[in-house]
Order: sequence, then structure tokens, then C-alpha cells
Amino acid sequence: MLNGLLTGAIYGLVALGLTLVYGVLHIINFAHGALLTLAMYAAFVAWKVFGLDPYVAILPLVPLFYLLGYGVQRYVIGPASRGEDSNILLVTLGLSIVIENMMLAIFRSDTLSVQVPYAMEVVELGPMLLGFPRVVGFGVAFVVALVLFVLLTMTDTGRAIRAVAKERTGAALVGINVNHVYAVTFGIGAACLAVAACLLLPFFYVSPRVGNAFVLVAFTIVVLGGMGSVPGALLGGLFIGVVESLSGLYFGDSLGQIGIFLIFILVLLFRPTGLFGAKA
Amino acid sequence: MSTRDLVPILVFAAVAALLPVFVTANTWLNFAVFTLIICLAAQGWNILGGYGGQYSFGHAAFFGTAAYATAILQVRYGVNPYLGFGFGIAAAAVVGWIIGALSFRSGLRGSYFALVTLAFAEVFRVLANASEMTGGAAGILIRLDVRPENFQFASRATFYWIALALVVAALVVTRALERSRLGAQLVAVRENESAARALGVDALQVKLSAIALSAAITGAAGALYAQYFLYLDANIAYGTWISVEALLAPIIGGAGTVFGPVLGGIILHGLSEFTKSLVGRIPGVDLVIFGILLIVVVRFPPREIPGLIRMWRGRR
Amino acid sequence: MIKPDPAFLSVHSVSKRFGGLLAVSDASFTVAEGSITGLIGPNGAGKTTLFAIVSGFEKPTSGNVLWRGEEITGRPPHLLARDGIARTFQIVQPFAGLSVRENIAVGAFLRHRRRAEAIAVAEQVAERVGLSRDLDKPAAALTVAGRKRVELAKALATGPKLLLLDEVLAGLNPSEVRDIVPVIRAIRDGGITVFMIEHVMQAVMNLCEAVHVLAQGRIIAGGTPAQVVRDPAVVEAYLGHGAATRLAGQHA
Ligand SMILES: Nc1ncnc2c1ncn2[C@@H]1O[C@H](COP(=O)(O)OP(=O)(O)OP(=O)(O)O)[C@@H](O)[C@H]1O
Ligand SMILES: [Mg+2]
Repeated sequence: MLNGLLTGAIYGLVALGLTLVYGVLHIINFAHGALLTLAMYAAFVAWKVFGLDPYVAILPLVPLFYLLGYGVQRYVIGPASRGEDSNILLVTLGLSIVIENMMLAIFRSDTLSVQVPYAMEVVELGPMLLGFPRVVGFGVAFVVALVLFVLLTMTDTGRAIRAVAKERTGAALVGINVNHVYAVTFGIGAACLAVAACLLLPFFYVSPRVGNAFVLVAFTIVVLGGMGSVPGALLGGLFIGVVESLSGLYFGDSLGQIGIFLIFILVLLFRPTGLFGAKA
Repeated sequence: MSTRDLVPILVFAAVAALLPVFVTANTWLNFAVFTLIICLAAQGWNILGGYGGQYSFGHAAFFGTAAYATAILQVRYGVNPYLGFGFGIAAAAVVGWIIGALSFRSGLRGSYFALVTLAFAEVFRVLANASEMTGGAAGILIRLDVRPENFQFASRATFYWIALALVVAALVVTRALERSRLGAQLVAVRENESAARALGVDALQVKLSAIALSAAITGAAGALYAQYFLYLDANIAYGTWISVEALLAPIIGGAGTVFGPVLGGIILHGLSEFTKSLVGRIPGVDLVIFGILLIVVVRFPPREIPGLIRMWRGRR
Repeated sequence: MIKPDPAFLSVHSVSKRFGGLLAVSDASFTVAEGSITGLIGPNGAGKTTLFAIVSGFEKPTSGNVLWRGEEITGRPPHLLARDGIARTFQIVQPFAGLSVRENIAVGAFLRHRRRAEAIAVAEQVAERVGLSRDLDKPAAALTVAGRKRVELAKALATGPKLLLLDEVLAGLNPSEVRDIVPVIRAIRDGGITVFMIEHVMQAVMNLCEAVHVLAQGRIIAGGTPAQVVRDPAVVEAYLGHGAATRLAGQHA
């Protein structure tokens, strides 16, 4: 269960990017899971080809994914969707299909994983033994959340992002470049994914569809935590991590995810407005 | 619906029915049957998504339900396959109605409807993967017993004609819907739900009828799939692939039009065969192209193409 | 002329609260059958909210609405449309992707199941409101005046007994107003009771037999248009506190 809590923090990190993008752009990014897959493959390649430890790979991958996210929003999603909800849905779906299947074409459907010396190490916490990579993941996820919080509240960019999130036209009127801010936000969301991918890799396999396993989970977290809320995403992540490990414990591995889907459906059906803020 | 409305459909039916006369290679007929099954699934999606504007990302729920119902009834209960086929379609319609009742009553639309349908399909997939009834991860096999009364045919051409007949029936249903009150109300709900309600349209009821019909047609595709390939597992029946195919074809061929899904299905699968012949069997390449095509079509909707060309000409 | 029936539409102490804001406060009034009745009041008075309550789009926080003696409070809009209450929207709500003909036909389908009939009715209605030449145009391609007519035509095509018009004249130039005033009168003469929100006072004076005045959610006056415009409470509501006495002083 505690392991669930630890994984939950990484879920939270994945959800963080999603919730940020939702909170500011008011769009649901279906490509989020695929971007995570891409980041995991990137970290894998960094390890396999350049011999970079996944934790070290965070350093090059974060700026890289920030730029990627920025470009994707600015030059693909933004222009193609022309501001329409259903178009955004389709464009991000299209992106996820492209990314996922590019990975499939390049790496085939085998699952890959990295071998690092600390993968099996454990940390003793009183009577409990915790996987080392999970503990690191937990810690770093919180650091990232803190950094994000500081970024949003204390920097000019953060203030611009929050202004756009609240009142888009108003922000545009006072001279904020909304499209730029959108792309920056998307970039930050992608950067969060890069971190999450590097944290996951030491104890999780990579496959072209691995992001799918996370994307519904991330959506569930975002819905639970309140769309657009940073602390909500983290708390939701922890909660879901626990739920997943518990339902895995009770129902066995094959049914484990069902708990999450059911929570997701129930929340959507019964508290959509409350948790989403404004309706679509 | 007038006879004039039916002419294009009849022309299509006649031309398509001749195909097995010219093409006899099994691989080509296989390809044609599979394409028709996808077209049928897409025609189902088009009712709800194209005409109703409710974008489902989980039509696999209906495809899979009908497929499994057809297979399970035959394999486990010895029900006549034709009867099982009918039950499969009915089961899909019921599941569609229930999912619709739950989500539309809660006022879900847009992205949230897409998400919830996706989640429902995933729940079904996980359940089917774990349940004994469906054969779990090993899947379920319909025993090979080639007899016409068993809905199994020696010649692939027969199956092709059956699939074609179902696609043509769905074309007729779609055209009839377009000309009916339900169709007009459905389009009105798509365009502006509160305006429609002000004009006496029971939006909930209209959407429920649409999702049930939509699920039934996509269900027919699933049942046909089971009957043709005689094998199912959870990732086939409830996999994301069919939800995506069912949505891509109408969007690319023209959502909310009678022939859009069929056109889109043929384009997509033609393209996919074409790329395979170019680059060989690298998995995923065709889907990469589909994804790019989807983005391009959203960016430049086909109905705006004449305008774009005019603009481009004007600029020169 | 049809005998006025005071119980045709009656609203009894209806209130509507949005969070901390009391948009409609204890409003009571009636609309007589066969009349053209006006609802006027300053911006934000709660007029549209009242219409939304009568047409079933909002449930009142308290109070009730009676329609021909029957309680209809909280009945959903599509059932009220069937019962014969149709509304237009202040911000026009066209089915943007459809032609004018198809827009109106959606309304006509309410009482005509077959497409051919619904289309025929839609064309008749288009004729009545002066849209015959625009039938094949996309609704989105019309001018403001044209869209207002479509809004009116859609509601009219449902075959209502009571037509709620929310500022159908707003945004029109004087000549367009002059064109549409007789259309509204003809609708009433065809047997449909008209209840209209309007800011264009000239049209109100011209058309309405009775007027209710709403200010800050309360009904502050009612009567013939001539009575109402002389009512000091009304003048104050429009021009601010003390205006009535100032005006009276000027006249003296
Ligand atoms: N759905 C809502 N939620 C919250 N407040 C609302 C809502 N609808 C209306 N209001 C508020 O209720 C008050 C009355 O609004 P309403 O639209 O009924 O006024 P109105 O008399 O029609 O004004 P106008 O002449 O500008 O059309 C306004 O202050 C408005 O902001
Ligand atoms: Mg108003």
C-alpha cells in the first residue's frame, strides 16, 4: 500500500501536466499519455545509446520536452483546432495516434526496460521495505510540484499564465501574448512528463502503449483533484496510487485497473460540474 | 424518403456487388470484407457523432458487446448463429442506451462524453479479459463448421455480399434518418441544444435514440466480425483500435453525411494497404498516416477545400 | 376579438436566486389571452430570467407559474413547447450549420411528423415573417435583422398559443423596426398571444395593450403603456432616484 502511495506521487506528476494544461488552455489533452510514452522512450534511448542514468537524463530531457511541447501547441494543436473543443479533441487524438505508432514502428511492440544497479535496492522504513526508485520518485515528484508552485506564483511568466487562465480576453487586452502563454504552459506540461518518465523508467517497462495505462489514470486524478488544481493533482495522484494497489491486491492484477476506471466514471457522472468548475 | 434519395445508394450497391466477379483472390476479398466491417462500425459512429455531434471515443463497447454476445451464445448456449447475431445487435443497442442514459442525464458532453465512453470501453475490456465467460485472455473461438445454416460459408464472396448488404442497409437507415423528424431534431441538438429544447425537442430522448441506433449498427459490425474471423479476445473486441477506426473513417470521409463513413473507410484502408506495399509490414506506419490525416482534415475540413482552392488561386 | 381570460398565463410571487443575487423577487402578474403584453425594465432587471422561468429553462427558487389554470412550474422546456409556449432568445440561437428553411423546420417538426409537411409549414411561416427569399441561405450568413426573423420564425413554427419574444427588435435600425412591427401584430391577429420584452419604447407604445415593469427583480408597475410611462416609480427606475420629482418640477 505504501508502495502504491509512492507510485501515486508519480501519477500525480503525470496528472500535474494534464491539469495545468486544462486549467490554462481549458482543453483536454488526449495526447498526454502518448507524450509520456515518447518521454519514456527518450529516456530509454538516453540510457541505451548514451549510457545516461535515467535520473541524469532528466537534465537534458526537461528542456527538450519543454521545447517539444511548446512547438506542438504553438504550431500543431493551436492552428489546427481553431479554438473549437471538438477539434482539439480530434487533433490531440491524432497526435497520440501518430506518436504511439511511430514508437511502434521504430521500437516494435516488445516491452523494454533499463537495468540500473539500484533498481532492486530497498529502503528500510521501520518495519517496511520500500523500493529505492519509488522513494526517489516520490521525493522528486514533490520537489517538482514545489518548483511549479513557485514558478506559478512568484515569476512573471507564472503571473501571465494565471492571468490567461482566469481571463483570456482580459489578458490579451493588457498585452499578454496568449498563444505564447498557451504554448509555454503546454511546454511545462510536457516537461513534467519528461521528469515523470525518467522517474518511472528504473522500475517500469516501456512499450508503445504504456502511456495509455497512465492517461486514464491521469484523467481520473485530474477529475478527482479538481480540474486545474496543482495540489489537487498531487493529492489525487496519491489517492489513486493507493486505490490501484489496493484494488490490485483484492481483485488481482488483471482487474486492478478497474477500480480506477469506475472511480473515473462515477466522478464524471455524478460530480462533473463540481469537480470541473465550468461545464464544457 | 423519396426514390431519388435512394438512387446513389443503389448505384453504390450495384457497383460494389460486382467486385467478387472481378476480384477472386482470397487476400483481396479478405481485405474487402474487413474494410466493409470497419465501414459498418463507422456508419454506427456517424449516427451519434456525425449527426448528433456527440463524439464517442468508446464505440468499442458496442462492437465488442455484440461480438461477444454472438460468440458466447453460439459457443456456450448453442444458440443459432443468426439468432445470436440479432441478439448481439440488440445487446449493443441496450448497452448504448444505458451508457447514454448515464452520461447524457448527467449532462456530459464534448470532451467529457468522449472520456466517459472511453472509460466504459476500457472497463468492458478489462472485464472481458478477466471473465471466464468470455474466455479471458485466451479469447473465445467459434468452432469451424462451414454450413450456410451455421452462418459460415465456404466462399469469401458470400461473406462479402452479406457485409455489403449490411453496409447498404445502414446507408438506407442513415438516409431515412436524415429525412425523418428524429434526424432533424438530432442535427438541431448538435447545432444548438438549448435552441432545440425551446422548439419542443426532447434532447435527452433524441440523444438516447441516436446512441441506441448508433450502437446497434456498430454492434452489427462486431457481430459480423465475430462470425467472419471466428475468434475474439478482449483486445480485439473492446480494443481502442475499433473505437478509433469507427471515428476516423467518418471524420475523414465526412461526418454527418450518408456516404462519409464508407468513403472514409475505403480511403483509410486503401491507404493502409498502399503503405504496406510501399514500406512492407512495419507495424504502426499506416496508423501514423491515419493520425496525420486526421490532424490535416481537422485543420482543412474537406467541405472547405473548394473555398481554400479559390483563396489560393486568388492569391496567385 | 377573443375574450380576455386573466388566467391564461399567471405568475405568482416568483423569485429566482443566483448565488447571492436575487434576480427576480416576488414577481406576480398575468398575461391575458389574445393580448400583446409587454415586459419592460432597465438592464439587468431580471426580464430574461423571468422568461426563462416561464419557458421552463430555469426553475424558480420559489413561487409558481400557472398556464391556463394548470401548474407548470419547473416543467421542462420541450414539454412546455408542446403545451404551446414558445420563446425566442435575446441572443439569437440559430442552428448555424443549417439553412433558414431547415432552421424553421425544426420548429415545425413539433406538430408535423412528416418531413414534407414540416417543410411546407416552415415555408409558410417564412412567408409570414418575410424570409421567403432567404430560405436556402445558411442561417449564419444572415444580417442581424435576418437572424432575428429566423429566431421569430422558429418559435412561430412550433404552433404556439403563447409566444415569448425577448428583445426581437434590439439591434435593428428604425426602418427594420418599422418592418417587423406589423409582423408581430399580424401574429397576434392570427390568434397567438404575444408577451414581449422590449427596450424600444416606441414599439412598446405602438404594439402593447398592457405592460408590466420590472426593476431590480420586482414588478413595480403595470397597466396600459400610457399609464406606465407616467408612473413616477417607473420614471425613477429608469432615470434614477429623484428623477420623477425633478421631471414633475420641470413640467410645473
Ligand atoms: N444563470 C445565471 N447565473 C447567475 N446570474 C445570472 C444568471 N442569469 C442572469 N443572471 C443575473 O441576473 C440578473 C438579471 O439578468 P437578466 O438577464 O434576467 O436581466 P434582463 O432584465 O434580461 O437584462 P437585459 O435588459 O440586459 O437583457 C443579472 O444581474 C444577471 O447577471
Ligand atoms: Mg434580457
